[in-house]
Amino acid sequence: MALPSESITINLGPQHPSTHGVFRIRVTLDGEVIQDIEPIFGYLHRGTEKLAEERTYTQIVTLTDRLDYTSSMINNQAYVMATEKLAGLEVPERAQYLRVLTAELQRVASHLMGIGFFLQDLGAMGTPLMYCFRERERILDLFEMICGARVTVSYMRPGGVTQEPPPEFWPALKELLSEFPHYIDELERLILENEIVVARTKGVGLLPRELAIDSSISGPNLRASGVAWDLRKADPYDVYGRMDFDIPVGSNGDSYDRFLVRVMEIHQSLRIVEQCVQQIPDGPIRSEVPYFFRPPPGDAYAHVEASKGELGFYLVSDGGIAPYRCKIRAPSFINLTALTEMLLGWKVADLMVIFGSLDVNMGEVDR
Amino acid sequence: MTTQLQGEAVGQQLQGAFPDAVTSWGDGDVRVQPDSIVDICRYLRDTPDLAMDYLSSITGVDYVESFEVVYHLTSLTHNHSVVLKTTLYGRDDVELPSVINVWKGADLQEREVWDLMGIGFTGHPNMKRILTWEGFPGHPLRKDHLGG
Repeated sequence: MALPSESITINLGPQHPSTHGVFRIRVTLDGEVIQDIEPIFGYLHRGTEKLAEERTYTQIVTLTDRLDYTSSMINNQAYVMATEKLAGLEVPERAQYLRVLTAELQRVASHLMGIGFFLQDLGAMGTPLMYCFRERERILDLFEMICGARVTVSYMRPGGVTQEPPPEFWPALKELLSEFPHYIDELERLILENEIVVARTKGVGLLPRELAIDSSISGPNLRASGVAWDLRKADPYDVYGRMDFDIPVGSNGDSYDRFLVRVMEIHQSLRIVEQCVQQIPDGPIRSEVPYFFRPPPGDAYAHVEASKGELGFYLVSDGGIAPYRCKIRAPSFINLTALTEMLLGWKVADLMVIFGSLDVNMGEVDR
Repeated sequence: MTTQLQGEAVGQQLQGAFPDAVTSWGDGDVRVQPDSIVDICRYLRDTPDLAMDYLSSITGVDYVESFEVVYHLTSLTHNHSVVLKTTLYGRDDVELPSVINVWKGADLQEREVWDLMGIGFTGHPNMKRILTWEGFPGHPLRKDHLGG
């Protein structure tokens, strides 16, 4: 005899330990099975694009730190590249190397955080997250040496970077690079073949290749679905064209692949950092750019491969000292486009696993 | 390296297929009529030598006398890109057909343009505010918001 059932709607968030900030989902359930979801955005909306219209091109660098606050360096890089394209500024070679070096260290830090919180969402309270944070701290210490800030770095400027790393930076970086393989090895042994991790994530939350492309998904989430698309290779910027690295690609597009691609990308990022250390030339770190500068009227779009995906800035200039329009193409926001398709039919217990595997950052979603 | 397709080449190709829809072209962008945007986008996606299968971003810009909607399109197949622009006049009830049936990636982005810039997309199944709340006064990215 079939028992009559009735669907119920529950609210998840915005204050919820595993929503990575303030994200709210209204979930309609039939028993435990997800029938429908409605994501509700905007709890962290600060109007960054509007604020940018009232600040000079140089000042906006500080706003970009606060988009995806786990990868400030990469946000800086995307923004200054757009200003350079708009104003036709030259960037000295040493500055380009410093940008790639810091951006890759930042990617490692961001992926570590993504992995740590993903495992936390799975219920592995504390231990793996602390392992990840221990290593991330080392990177933040390097950032502190280089620019005085750990999270909101504001290290890059249109035309270069703010300052030369101090002499003690290079030995500290070398020490980190020699210890990191051991750290990552330890982390991999702890988690990659962990039975519970595999059982909870393999085959869960499938994102098929076609749906991923159609929904404009980018970054590790796209690559986990089997698309070898990485802007560092597809559209090399700064000195990425000289770097030798691989693009890890998943095959199933499930939560495990998304998680695995991030772990493998850490190795590739460290390879790039090592090459930067070997190749970096001496020279100036910033071309002559005045504090106030007026790009000619026009528009420019620049994009980078951020830790979450394609981060793009579309700037429109009217010839003034502030942009007329500053649009941010935020990867975390657009990566949520396919969330409904990925969640339907799964149990409510899988919801946080699938959402966590997308590694979104609410500072960037709501802007 | 992603090739930025020349606006002239793409513009002429589009003009061959849609004689009245293309208004002008620049270095890397093509300007088209707003009412034929869906047909043009479908053509750009389905023509094998263009194959614009990936919608990078949709942006609304307020030029006060008009609005401009900018589409950044990329082809993952050929690794090239093109920028599509369309101009809308008027301040109230500004509307444009939605491209959500061409690329699903337009879903959240079109809602964002509606919410912050006040450009509606007809045919979008869920045209609601996204970053602000229902009942929010005005559209904050317009240049005349709160008196400018």
